[in-house]
Amino acid sequence: MMISELTATELQARLTGGGLCFGCGPFRLRLNSSLQSLLTVLHELYAHYPIYDHSGVDDYRMTLDWASPLRRWLRPVVRFSADGPAPFTDVPITRAFPTLEWGMNWCIAIRAHHVLMLHAAVVERHGRVLVLPAAPGSGKSTLCAALSHSGWRLFSDEFGLIRPEDNAFVPIPRLISLKNQSIAVIRQFSPTAYFGATYHGTHKGSVAHIRPPQASVTRMTELAPAGWVVFPRWQAGAALTLQPIAKERAFMMIASNAFNYEVLGEQAFKTVAHLVNNCKIYTLVYSDLTQAIRILDELTQ
Amino acid sequence: MQHRQSPTQRARILLINAVREPQQLSQLSDSDWNLLLQVARHKRLLGRLYVELDRLKLLDAVPNNVAAQLRAANNLVRHRQTVLTWELNRILWALKDLNVPVIALKGAAYVIADLPPAAGRFFADLDILVPLEHITVVEQRLLDRGWLKTTLSPYDERYYRLWMHEIPPLRHRERESEIDIHHTLLPRTHRFNVHAVTASLFAQAHAVSGTKAQILAAPDMVLHALVHLLFEGNPEEGLRLRDLIDVVDLCNHFGTEVLFWQQIMVRAEQLNLGRLLYYGLRYSDLIFSTKVPTFVIEKTAQFAPILPIRWLMDWLIPLAILPEHPAYPRYRARLARQLLYLRAHWLRMPPSLLMRHLSYKVWLRLRNVPRYVEIKPQDLQQL
Repeated sequence: MMISELTATELQARLTGGGLCFGCGPFRLRLNSSLQSLLTVLHELYAHYPIYDHSGVDDYRMTLDWASPLRRWLRPVVRFSADGPAPFTDVPITRAFPTLEWGMNWCIAIRAHHVLMLHAAVVERHGRVLVLPAAPGSGKSTLCAALSHSGWRLFSDEFGLIRPEDNAFVPIPRLISLKNQSIAVIRQFSPTAYFGATYHGTHKGSVAHIRPPQASVTRMTELAPAGWVVFPRWQAGAALTLQPIAKERAFMMIASNAFNYEVLGEQAFKTVAHLVNNCKIYTLVYSDLTQAIRILDELTQ
Repeated sequence: MQHRQSPTQRARILLINAVREPQQLSQLSDSDWNLLLQVARHKRLLGRLYVELDRLKLLDAVPNNVAAQLRAANNLVRHRQTVLTWELNRILWALKDLNVPVIALKGAAYVIADLPPAAGRFFADLDILVPLEHITVVEQRLLDRGWLKTTLSPYDERYYRLWMHEIPPLRHRERESEIDIHHTLLPRTHRFNVHAVTASLFAQAHAVSGTKAQILAAPDMVLHALVHLLFEGNPEEGLRLRDLIDVVDLCNHFGTEVLFWQQIMVRAEQLNLGRLLYYGLRYSDLIFSTKVPTFVIEKTAQFAPILPIRWLMDWLIPLAILPEHPAYPRYRARLARQLLYLRAHWLRMPPSLLMRHLSYKVWLRLRNVPRYVEIKPQDLQQL
């Protein structure tokens, strides 16, 4: 059963009762909240995530609720927490949902040290994944949103999770979060993309979320090996260039891009080495999204 | 019978059994795991559960995502241990021509000497012990070699220098670990501090193969672990269960030899820590049924407090040390944590000094000076 199949009353009963347990990739999440405004947005944007019953072991137990009873009425602010003290400062109720999304990323980033976490968008086609590691602002989410609406299966727009045991990439099809100009770009590029509301004035500017395509959620337990690594960079007016990178340089770029390379130590070294030795690795500079998608399609035929 | 357990009892029994009988872990239900993971995470014992299950080859017998969470915690623990060992290595490098003995304390000692408490144990910072007469040279040398002083108010600086058993923490400019440099085991102003015997800690210290750092002799190491357990602690976290587990592990490890028990009683008396040893062995036995020889129990009974105090401590200590159910925290556990915190402070300095210290802290609070600066990820991203 999926979240979209719950009625608003059932959804609310779960959120305010024992918690809404749902799956995203390998993780089982439990969310508690009494915020009315969250109901519609969860119903729409989390629509395809499977609901789990109360038996089962949670990975992350999250709460998003009023910071205090008083702050429900007086300049209302909400607080995110997960098994401990709040990691973020309280935010106005209008920004509750983006905070939930960041909170979930935070949970994964500080805890999921059983896998190597690349700061990368990952999409799959023909049984192999294309990894797009990049710093924020380099256009990886934009590219990821475009690719996942052009025949690629979405793994993640934020986390490239690799299991050290078998070097397989693990899908974690969370919402794609777009910022500022890229919101309009993707609206135009992929009319089928399902957008949530745009939140203005967050600490990252304007933010909007795209619901992961349903197929990426239904197939979220299918892992895949790496095929290609492409470091994307969007640059206004630049000519399209796709250049191979030497393996030793690629190694350093991937290692320093990972969230937890140091934590995993030797396992991380072996995992990155395997990735570098088994993939073709490029840098991609682009200004036009359509051209970029075309060249990636050709590359991965 | 199960339905009669209160939530607190259930949380406690799950955690204590997990530590005492890890072979039973494969029989837990999902709802037990949900509670145990929360409680063990709070008490920082996930790494230990991983190591035990790995040793028993039972990782495949627990739910997949339990194994994943435990593995994740243990990876973090191993990373911390690597970082701390490396920090110790760098300190020894910086001090190598000074000819000053350096004793690794607590976590670093357990790790370099490969003692049982090291398994899966998370350690926050590095503690070392150097003789008081060398501490100025050691500090200066580390400052010359790239370590920095942490920023402290003049009051705090004075607090450390005059009253404490350690100097203000240092941190290397390229690394994140804080190092605490001690010159003795107890604060100088502590009720139980005995100045004269500090030198004997060094005289009895042991060498460790593969490093120039030394470790305390077994009885001193256990007594120091007890100092940590019972004389520190904070009102939020209470006494640390993992510190008690250190004591239990060390007693089980060293306690196979009768000599250890004889020595620890002698040392406890010399170091004026008899009462501490009494409490330590009492609660190791009450909570983890640690095997303590009868003659030790009889002998340490002389250090016991008067009966009403013993009743009080028997009520307070388990409340402050054992987990609460995260959904049903009890007021009395909070009270116990605060009372034991007060007790620790009461012993830490003489009443007049304590009054002075507390009034200064109250004054800071009234003036709204933050106790520490907290920077959340959002604050950084706003720049």
